[in-house]
Amino acid sequence: MTLEECYAALEGSYTDAIGRLRSEKLVRKFAIKFLADPSFQLLEDSLASQDYSEAFRASHTIKGVCQNLAFNKLGNSSDQLTESLRGGWTDAAAGLVEQVRADYQQTINALRQLDAE
Amino acid sequence: MNNKQKILIVDDSEMNRSILADILEDKYDIIETEDGVECVAAIQKYGTEISVVLLDVVMPRMDGFGVLDLMNQHHWIDEIPVIMISSESAQTFVERAYDMGVNDFISRPFDALIVRRRVINTILLYAKQKKLTDLLVTQLMEKEERSNLMVDILSHIVEFRNGESGLHVIHVRMLTELLLNHLFNKTDRYNNLSREEMAMISMASALHDIGKISIDESILNKPGRLTDEEFEIMKTHSMIGAKMLSEATPYKDDKLVQTAYEICRWHHERYDGSGYPDGLKGDEIPISAQIVSMADVYDALTSERVYKKALPHETAIQMIVDGKCGAFNPLLLECLQEVANTIRDTLAKDVVALDRKRAKQNVAAEMLRNNQISASERTLRLLEKEREKYKFFAALTKEIQFEYNIDPPTLTLNPWGTQKLGLDEIIMEPHQNPQFMAIMGEETWCAVKQMLLNTTPEKPAITYDCKLQYNGELRWHRVIARAIWQEEEEEPIFQGAIGKVLDIHDSKQRLADLERKANHDSLTGLLNHASARKQIIEQLEGHPHEKYALIIFDLDHFKNANDTYGHIFGDEVLKLEAQKLKDSLRTGDIAARIGGDEFLIFLKYADEVEPIIERIFNILIGKYEDFEFTVSMGVVQTEFFDNDYETLFHAADTALYTAKRGGRGKYRIYTSDMADTLSNTDASAITEIESNDPEHQKLLNE
Repeated sequence: MTLEECYAALEGSYTDAIGRLRSEKLVRKFAIKFLADPSFQLLEDSLASQDYSEAFRASHTIKGVCQNLAFNKLGNSSDQLTESLRGGWTDAAAGLVEQVRADYQQTINALRQLDAE
Repeated sequence: MNNKQKILIVDDSEMNRSILADILEDKYDIIETEDGVECVAAIQKYGTEISVVLLDVVMPRMDGFGVLDLMNQHHWIDEIPVIMISSESAQTFVERAYDMGVNDFISRPFDALIVRRRVINTILLYAKQKKLTDLLVTQLMEKEERSNLMVDILSHIVEFRNGESGLHVIHVRMLTELLLNHLFNKTDRYNNLSREEMAMISMASALHDIGKISIDESILNKPGRLTDEEFEIMKTHSMIGAKMLSEATPYKDDKLVQTAYEICRWHHERYDGSGYPDGLKGDEIPISAQIVSMADVYDALTSERVYKKALPHETAIQMIVDGKCGAFNPLLLECLQEVANTIRDTLAKDVVALDRKRAKQNVAAEMLRNNQISASERTLRLLEKEREKYKFFAALTKEIQFEYNIDPPTLTLNPWGTQKLGLDEIIMEPHQNPQFMAIMGEETWCAVKQMLLNTTPEKPAITYDCKLQYNGELRWHRVIARAIWQEEEEEPIFQGAIGKVLDIHDSKQRLADLERKANHDSLTGLLNHASARKQIIEQLEGHPHEKYALIIFDLDHFKNANDTYGHIFGDEVLKLEAQKLKDSLRTGDIAARIGGDEFLIFLKYADEVEPIIERIFNILIGKYEDFEFTVSMGVVQTEFFDNDYETLFHAADTALYTAKRGGRGKYRIYTSDMADTLSNTDASAITEIESNDPEHQKLLNE
C-alpha cells in the first residue's frame, strides 16, 4: 500500500498533507507515529470515568493532529465531538463518540497496513 | 558549544510537538514541554535565551492563556515573543490571544513553510524592535531632561531676545551640528567626544548669546557702528552668559550646563589668542566653543542686521577662510570648506519648518513609546503603579513576602525573599520543589497548609512559628499569612494565600532568656518559688501515683552571719549553699530558693525517703570562711498525703518548725501529730528560741 492509497483508505487528503509538511517522508513518519499516539486511549479512559473535561482535551488533541496530517474523516468527527464536549457532556456527544470510534478504527486499519509494508 | 537559538514548544500532544520540532530543529535548538506549568518552569530556567515560545492553548494543569497570564504578570511577554498555535480559530479566541500579547497566531492545520517563516520573522522583528526600543527610550529620556532644562533657562531670556535671534539660534545649532559631525568623521583628534557629548554641544550652542540680555538695547540694536566704549560693553556678554550659567545653581553640575558655560564664555576667543574675554589660544579653547564661534560668525555674515546687509554664502565662507573675522583652527577651516555646499543647501531650505519637523518627529517618537497605553488601559496602568509602589516598600521592609496560588500551585516570592532564600522568584509546585522543601521541611509545609485550610473567609489569618533551614542555619521564623477564599459559591473555595515570613530567631532567643531570668533567682541561679511551685504542681498532676518528697530547709543562724559579716558575705554563703544543693540533686529534682535563706527541694523516691534525706542533709552542712553552718529541714512525703501543693507546703513548713523547736541542725519528717504541736504553739516560741541561742545572746550583749 502506498501512502497515497493509505490516505484514500482513511479518507484523508494526501495532497493537503504533502502540501503542508512538504515531504512524503515527513508525512509518512508522522502518519505512522499516529498509531502510537495515546490521545484516543485517553479519550476512551476519560469517557469511561466520566471526566468530560479530560475527554474534551483528548478529543481536541485528536482533532488537532488529524487536521495537520489531513486525516479529514477522523478530523471532522473529532472536531464535532470536541465541540459537543466543550461545556461538558451533551446528548449529541453519545452519537459522535460512536462516529469517532468508527473513524479511528478506519484510520488505524489503514495506517497499520501502511506500517506493515 | 551550541549557539543555535532556542525555541520553546509547549503542547500536550507529543505528535504535535514532534511535527513542530521536525520543521524547526535544523535551525533551532528545541525545548519541549508538555503543559503550562512546565512551560513556565522552562521560561524561568532559560529566560531570554528563549527566542520564541510556540504555545498550544488547550493543555492540562495550566493552559496557554494561563501561561500568557503569568508572562504578562511578570513582564516576560515584553522580552520573549509568543506564537500561539491552535485549532481554535474563533475570532474572540484569536483576539484574546493578541490582547494578551502574543505576536502571532497560527491556526491548525498549518503549513510547515509558514511556521518556519513566521518563527523567523518573529525572532528577527523582536530582536530589531528590542534594540530600537532601547535606543529610543534612552534618547528620549535624555532629550526630555535636557529640553526641560533648556526651557527653564531660555524662558528667562526669551523676552529679551530680538526677533532675529530666534532664527540665529536655529542656524547656529544646525551649523554646529554639521561642522561637528564632519570634524568627527574627518579626524580622530577629537574622538574623545562621545555621540552624546556631540549632541550636547549642538544643543548648548543655542545658549551662546544668553549674556546679551544684560546688554542695553540701545547698544544691542544700534543701527550703526559701535563706539569703542559701546564695543567694550558688548564684549562683556560672553562672560555674563557664563556667569549666569555658573550661577544656575540647581543645574550647574549638569553636563549640558557645563558645555554651555564653555560656549558662552569662549565663543569669541580666536585661535591665535586675539579674542576675548580670556585671550585663549589654539586648543586651549574648548572645541565646542571653537565650532560655535565659527557657526556664529558665518550666520552673522549671511544674515541681515540692523547695521548691515546679508552677505552671500560664498563671500561669507571666503571671508572666514581668509581670516577676515579672526583666526580659526585650520582643521575647522578645512571642515567649513568641505561642508560649505551642505551648509548652503541646508540653510536655503525653510529652516524653521525643518526645525519644527524635528520637533514633530520627536513627538511622534514619544507617542510611539506610549502607544501601548490606550485609555481603556488606564486602570491597568494605575494598578501597575500600585504594584511598583508596593514593590518599592516591600523592598524596604526586608521581609520575605509570598503569594501562593493553589491552581496551578505557584509560590511567588518578593525579590528580597528570593535573594534571602536563594530560590527562584516563582516556584511552580513548591511541594515538589526540592530546594524549597529543604528550607521549609515537610512538617511545616503540612502544618501551614492545614492551618490555612482550617481558616474561614471571616477569619482568614494565621500565625505559625517554625524553624527554617537556609544558609547553613536553622532559625526560628514566624509565618503570618492570610488565606484567600473565593466566596461566589455557597461553599467558599480556597484559592491560596498571601503573607510574610519574619526571622524571629533573635527575639525568640531573647524571650527565652527573659523567661529563664523570670523563673530563676538571680543570686543563686536556682528556681524562684513561683516557678518551682508551677513545676511541682505539673509533676504532681502528671504523675499522681509517684512518690515525692517536698523538703524545706533554712540555714541555722544565718541572720547572725549577715549581721556580723555583712550582706555581701551573707550572699556568698547563700551561693555556696545553693551550689551544694545543686550538687546533691539528681536530674529531674527541683530546687528553689523561696525566701531569704529558705530553700525548697522536690524529689522523687522509690522506696525509702530517709536515706536520701540524710544524704542531702549532710551535704548541706558546711563552712564558709569562719562561718560554720548547719540547716534545719522539714520534709513531707506525698505517699501519706493528698497531692495538693499548698497542703504539702504547709506540712513541710510545720516539719521544719518542729525541727527548729527540737534544737536546729536537724531534719524532721512530717507526721500528723505535728499538726497539733503547731496549733498549740504561737509564733513567739520561735523568737524565744532565737533569743535563747547562746550565740545570739552573745551578739545581743555586745
